[in-house]
Amino acid sequence: MEQVELANKNDIVMDIVNVTLRFGGVKALSHVSFNIKRGEIRAIIGPNGAGKSSMLNVINGFYTPQEGEIWFEGKRRPRLKPHQIAYQRIARTFQNIALFEGMTVLDNMMTGRMIYMKSGLLSQLAWWGKAEREETENRLVVEKIIDFLEIQAIRKTPVGVLPYGLQKRVELGRALAAEPLLLLLDEPMAGMNNEEKEDMCRFILDVNEELGTTIALIEHDMGVVMDLADRVVVIDHGEKIADGQPDEVRNDQNVIDAYLGVSH
Amino acid sequence: MFYREVGEFKTSYPHDSGSFSIRLDKYGYYFILFIAFVVIPLMINDYWASAVLVPFLVWAIASLGLNILTGHCGQISLGTGGFMAVGAYSCYKLMTSFPDLNVIFCIILSGLITAGVGILFGIPSLRIKGFYLAVATLASQFFLVWLFNRFPWFYNYSASGQISTPERSVFGILVTGPNVDPWAQYMICLLFAFGLAWGCRNLTRGSLGRKWMATRDMDIAAEIIGVNLLHAKLSAFAISSFYIGIAGALFFSVYLGAVEATEAFGINQSFLVLFMIIIGGLGSILGSFIGAAFMVLFPVLLKNILVGWWEWDAAIATHLEFISVGILIIVFLIFEPHGLAQLWRLLKQKLRLWPYPH
Repeated sequence: MEQVELANKNDIVMDIVNVTLRFGGVKALSHVSFNIKRGEIRAIIGPNGAGKSSMLNVINGFYTPQEGEIWFEGKRRPRLKPHQIAYQRIARTFQNIALFEGMTVLDNMMTGRMIYMKSGLLSQLAWWGKAEREETENRLVVEKIIDFLEIQAIRKTPVGVLPYGLQKRVELGRALAAEPLLLLLDEPMAGMNNEEKEDMCRFILDVNEELGTTIALIEHDMGVVMDLADRVVVIDHGEKIADGQPDEVRNDQNVIDAYLGVSH
Repeated sequence: MFYREVGEFKTSYPHDSGSFSIRLDKYGYYFILFIAFVVIPLMINDYWASAVLVPFLVWAIASLGLNILTGHCGQISLGTGGFMAVGAYSCYKLMTSFPDLNVIFCIILSGLITAGVGILFGIPSLRIKGFYLAVATLASQFFLVWLFNRFPWFYNYSASGQISTPERSVFGILVTGPNVDPWAQYMICLLFAFGLAWGCRNLTRGSLGRKWMATRDMDIAAEIIGVNLLHAKLSAFAISSFYIGIAGALFFSVYLGAVEATEAFGINQSFLVLFMIIIGGLGSILGSFIGAAFMVLFPVLLKNILVGWWEWDAAIATHLEFISVGILIIVFLIFEPHGLAQLWRLLKQKLRLWPYPH
């Protein structure tokens, strides 16, 4: 797998400038700006319905914001379809597992490498030349990720029969298979027991440190967020209310009010 | 020799992703090919060719086609009969317009023309799913059959409104027309069925197949990964229609010899192929063959037993056939949505552990 250089850690991968997203009269996000630096783990937190998932969907291209700009790798991103954004090497996992249930773990992860598959129809039809070569080359990358996530034993198991925690891990694997420049994780720890959470935390840290992948994650478990994240952005009612180191954010009065409620 | 992986060491990824993971499977496959290519042509007679083997192969090709679309890509279609008609009429027009063109090319070209028509009728799939798509493809079924009846150009202004195949030969062997030998009829269908099944296997294990299955299983996640849904769905429609078009061309030129659109390619055929893949197994190549075999053999068998041995009334036997097929569809949908192919897989799973199942 490609190692992203950690030297320029302050270099900004994604800059979100003044993004506003409306659904009819409802404002899901209003004038939200923050950036994601190369090699960091950036957490997006906030109470339920704050607009965190909408933010990820904007980054992914599912939603197009009415206002604002998104800069990725130093370029302003034009309006793109989600499958085009995949080619910019932004990968993600979903809050509710979105694996391909009818396929094996290996096939799911091979599908994650879709953007690297370029062989033509005839070559695939005959399983000759580029199609076969490509399959082997990509299999090699996928096998490294399988090793990395310690899921060798379930390689050929259909994902539908796996326990929840493993499915989450496979989904992470599928996202990693794209060798993403930016990895988005939507509640990677949701619904897990403590042991599974610890495993997942370790994998996220390993992905970040060993592979050097930049990660943006949404998570509700504050303990996890404070431990994992380098920087935290807090969103409430579609507005950014705090941004900074975990310790700063934890003691921010706005954040405490947002989470605990405040009498007006 | 036991049926299991033990002792088979796979040392490369191409080897590991091969089609047959267990040696006995591979031998079984070669054995069936040997029977199909060598033994049957030597033993075949007119009854077996026209009642069982040729229709089986033709329907198997149609099932492979529909299975690509419905089983792998998850897009339901009730237009199979209409697409087969496109294949048949294209083949007829090509054969009569270019008498010197080899019939093999005519059949392949008919497949390509059907692929084009399939793409056209697949466009609604980008907006609609499930039942609504089924209704849209149903419209294509009726429209296409109407088209071929309405414009006499398609049947060369023949008085009966039927199309009948001219005599054509490949390498000096007659393959179409009324005087064709049963073994030649069988061989040409077998060659197409084998080639297309092999192509289908290659497509579905590669990146295009994964693209289709991803679209079927979770289209949102597929899009995030970089699957262009437009491309995935339309390519499934195109390739599926290519297969179905070839099945239609063979159905007309090699099997029946003379057809009329309403009768030969009606809505019944669309349902027949759909039943084949449901009973055989959605998303399985073996299932396409098992399903076709079942739906072709079952009526023949029932008729032979009820009418031939027990001397029942033929009408009762036909009704009984409808009833039992209906019941079987319901039973399979409830208890085994993956069809007979899944039962075969389960059997193999059991066999791997035999004789110590714990």
